[in-house]
Amino acid sequence: MAKYIGKRLLYMLLSLWMIVTATFFFMRIAPGNPFASEKKLPPEIEANLNAHFGLDKPWYAQYWEYLVRIVNWDFGPSFKYKSQTVNDLINEGFPVSFLLGMEAIFIAVAVGVLLGIIAALKHNRWPDYTAMIVAVLGISVPSFIMASFLQYFLAIKMGIFPVARWETFMHSVLPAVALASTPMAFIARLTRSSMLEVLANDYIKTAKSKGLSRGVITVKHTIRNALLPVVTYMGPLTAGILTGSFVIERIFGIPGLGAHFVTSINNRDYTVIMGVTVFYSILLLVSILLVDIAYGIIDPRIKLAGGKKGE
Amino acid sequence: MEKLLEVKNLEVSFQTYGGTVKAVRGVSFDLHKGETLAIVGESGSGKSVTSQSIMKLIPMPPGRISGGQILLSGEDIVPKTEKQMEKIRGKEISMIFQDPMTSLNPTMRVGTQIMEVLIKHQNMSKTDAKNRAIELLRLVGIPMPEKRVNQYPHEFSGGMRQRAMIAIALAANPKLLIADEPTTALDVTIQAQILELMKDLQNKMDTSIIFITHDLGVVANVADRVAVMYAGQIVEMGTVDEIFYDPRHPYTWGLLASMPSLENDEKAELAAIPGTPPDLTDPPKGDAFAARNQYALAIDFEEEPPMFQISETHFAKTWLLHPDAPKVEPPEAVKKRMRQLSSTFEKPVVVKEGK
Repeated sequence: MAKYIGKRLLYMLLSLWMIVTATFFFMRIAPGNPFASEKKLPPEIEANLNAHFGLDKPWYAQYWEYLVRIVNWDFGPSFKYKSQTVNDLINEGFPVSFLLGMEAIFIAVAVGVLLGIIAALKHNRWPDYTAMIVAVLGISVPSFIMASFLQYFLAIKMGIFPVARWETFMHSVLPAVALASTPMAFIARLTRSSMLEVLANDYIKTAKSKGLSRGVITVKHTIRNALLPVVTYMGPLTAGILTGSFVIERIFGIPGLGAHFVTSINNRDYTVIMGVTVFYSILLLVSILLVDIAYGIIDPRIKLAGGKKGE
Repeated sequence: MEKLLEVKNLEVSFQTYGGTVKAVRGVSFDLHKGETLAIVGESGSGKSVTSQSIMKLIPMPPGRISGGQILLSGEDIVPKTEKQMEKIRGKEISMIFQDPMTSLNPTMRVGTQIMEVLIKHQNMSKTDAKNRAIELLRLVGIPMPEKRVNQYPHEFSGGMRQRAMIAIALAANPKLLIADEPTTALDVTIQAQILELMKDLQNKMDTSIIFITHDLGVVANVADRVAVMYAGQIVEMGTVDEIFYDPRHPYTWGLLASMPSLENDEKAELAAIPGTPPDLTDPPKGDAFAARNQYALAIDFEEEPPMFQISETHFAKTWLLHPDAPKVEPPEAVKKRMRQLSSTFEKPVVVKEGK
């Protein structure tokens, strides 16, 4: 197991290096630069700024310098926000985005799995149809429309939740729900179909022939096996929620990291683009690794390469 | 001998888009304590549905027991609720399925799957149940049970999985074991071992067995009595000797003639029964086998034959046994094995309704 994780970590470093390299060069190919604005800067000042941020050096020197800095976990100063470093931006924004993301993932998984299970157990009866109508709505309505909808009815009309900003737990409910709606619907459909598949298996009949009650069969024999596809989806889900959150953060005025992800690209804020990309990549790679490890725990048939069975 | 199970006029139907399929149409048989009854028939003859109805395992809906009684130790289980059935399944009656590769839960340890039965029906603690599970695995001939008990089904071979299934089925000492083609998915050497094991355990535990198969070779090996099913009905029933040495129904003749045998000379072609079984959404008038029967009489297409009794234990449902029927010769392959049995009545007797 340790050997397997070590190997995976090595691959993660390799992927990370490829992401950094690709981002670095694509960023430079994109036209414009951090100091381009409507008013043309005098060439002397621009040259000074370039020298200050090291942009006058040849590309390979800049690339090497950047790699060294990343290894030291220093993403450098922001070009746009003069007094802040990229590390500051991440340290401030990430906890907010993380909290929002976790809340959304929790809602998506808990409600989605529950809806899916109910739908499968009441297959082709009204709870099934209701759950699937909810799911279709969730998949087809984009999160930003869902967000405005929630704001209008639950916040403005009924006044249950605050409209926007990031202060108390109540402030986080609406954005989390808006963010969770699409993945929740997807998980519900996924759980339903995989539950139905598992329920048709011979070993469910075996369990029934042992005299086990329906509840025990559902909990001990069905759900666990039906959750495998949901676990698979957790990797892409984390990615979707993290990168998708910038729209929601905008709508609800939340000071998260998602906003920087978009604005930094418009601003050609090189260090912020790189920093946020690297940071998100690490997050993603780690979540994929966790999903793979969870796989082996849920299904004993999946043996992690290099791991000894039963460990 | 004590009657453990009596099935009386059982009718099972399934509601489908194409109409109601009458899968079992008036099946009656009984089973004594410690006895093995084989139910044979081709696919779709209703043998599996009959056996699953005894545990009420058929999915309801679309399935429905539309008539008859199933008496287990004198008590009718047809009207019982699911909750009441949970106390019978696994404890009084248990079942072994055809495919051991898919009938164990792949994500649960084999030991746990055995322990579930013990904890449910014998109120054992976890430790006791685990020790008993190890004992059971040893009983069904799995080496190193202490280690095997913690393993998952994918670490077992097909034959070992079927042994584990047998351990699960026998865990709570059931009175009746239903084996639904337990050896069909196994290769021949393993088949023999599993049959041997089942016979051995039956002697030790005094369990009755209903053995469902389409393999007549297996039947000769394990059964005391045989019921031949066709199109949802029992067409002939008798002891193994009666079915193999004095078969009376043309369908049984067909089955026996299509069985390969070492005595067959190598040039002779293996006989097959022509045609396919009838559509049970709309069962034919008269004898269901008439259309495929080379010995069919005119009356076979008009009126369903009654059950004739040929000896104390031998019954057949064919007009050929009627006193007015012409004498017919069974196929060569069957005639070779025919012999006079001492228990046979002088004349076949029509079984009265309600028997």
